[in-house]
Amino acid sequence: MREKLTIALAAAGGLLLVYDLYQIFLVLPDEAMQGPIYRILFFHVPAAIVGMVGYFVALVLSVLYLSSKDLKWDSLAASVVEVSLVFSLVNIVSGSIWARVIWGIWWTWDARLTSALVGILIFLAYLMLRRAIDEPTQRGRLSAALCIFGCVDEVIVWKSIEWFRTQHPGPVLSIRTGGGHMDPAMERIFYLNFLAILLIATALVLIRTRQEATTREIDSLRRLAHAM
Amino acid sequence: MKAFKQAFSVARKDLALELRTKESVNAAGAFSIAILILFSFAFDPFSEAIHELAAGLLWLTFAFAGALVFNRGFARELPNECLDTLLASPLAPSSLLIGKAIGVFFLLLLVEVVSLFVFGVFYNIRWWLHPGELALTCALASWGIAITGSVFGALTVNLRLRELMLPVIIYPLLVPLLVGAIEMTNALLGNQPFTSYEWLWAKVLIVFDIVFTSLAIALAETILVN
Repeated sequence: MREKLTIALAAAGGLLLVYDLYQIFLVLPDEAMQGPIYRILFFHVPAAIVGMVGYFVALVLSVLYLSSKDLKWDSLAASVVEVSLVFSLVNIVSGSIWARVIWGIWWTWDARLTSALVGILIFLAYLMLRRAIDEPTQRGRLSAALCIFGCVDEVIVWKSIEWFRTQHPGPVLSIRTGGGHMDPAMERIFYLNFLAILLIATALVLIRTRQEATTREIDSLRRLAHAM
Repeated sequence: MKAFKQAFSVARKDLALELRTKESVNAAGAFSIAILILFSFAFDPFSEAIHELAAGLLWLTFAFAGALVFNRGFARELPNECLDTLLASPLAPSSLLIGKAIGVFFLLLLVEVVSLFVFGVFYNIRWWLHPGELALTCALASWGIAITGSVFGALTVNLRLRELMLPVIIYPLLVPLLVGAIEMTNALLGNQPFTSYEWLWAKVLIVFDIVFTSLAIALAETILVN
């Protein structure tokens, strides 16, 4: 059942992505001010949302693990963090490419860029911590604690650096601005591409969770063999 | 009240032990001075630009020297199974964690005072012009470093890669705290009293301290008790 769900999500996400790529690169016109580079927006923003939401889903899963001590929540949290980290990297790399063309620089110490980078560093540390601990319950306990601290810190970083300095473009989606900032045809493809990326991310989480469960099973068999 | 008493007992024990051996204070003090000397080769210490960089240099020095202090906090309890004995005692895990943080906090303040004197002499910077605000900045930022360092010192104490893992985890988490401390100290070293901008950062530091202390108390048992 779970395998079928994974395949269905991946297939739906893949097909939708192909349609979106066709629309983004062959149908939609260039943007008046930015030219063709604006197309990065269709990948940059969904990747940022998927990455950020993923960290907070991992926070909920970590709390669930600490309250239930069920390792499935820990595996799910680790999988969500891994996938979120990949999408955060897509976000930051695509943003850098866009910045090079529009601002003439690869990087600036802007509020959103800094908070995205700090988030990546915190959750890279989370994955490193997991690798440094062999015992599964200790790994789950300590990484859940780090995840909780990391998410809370990410909120403080986000709010505090926003007061510090920002040159990042403001929101353009009508859901945030009430309309008038983005062509409706472009916005429709944006949401479709967001859906495609979300479906692919969910399928990746399911695949990673299954791998985590298998790893745990192999570890427990290895321990059993050592004990014998 | 009992929890506070327990925490202060732990802090008193740590401070007495540290003042007797002086192992982490000496290391952190010497490290801070060495870093400040090295910075003087990287930047011209008597140029105008140093006034803009001074706060950043100072807080980077404090943060790196702080690692030497909080790294020892729980590591010194490992020989002779002292940590297990402390956890088996009637002491609450949260009191142990807060007590360790109080000990680290006072040691950090000591290192900061020594570094400030050295910094004033080497870089010709008059850091004493707004002592109240500077003390507030140091206290707020040092408590944030102390509580975060103690939590993650406890979290990594039994790991084989402890020395590697601790800085990798700590420094990204300390970003908002260090940005705030640098912004506040920048104004003070430029002989400017706090404006609403610096008070905004003071609020960020207060929020950081309250949130991280609350989380530390809530998660102390998860972190410490296996």
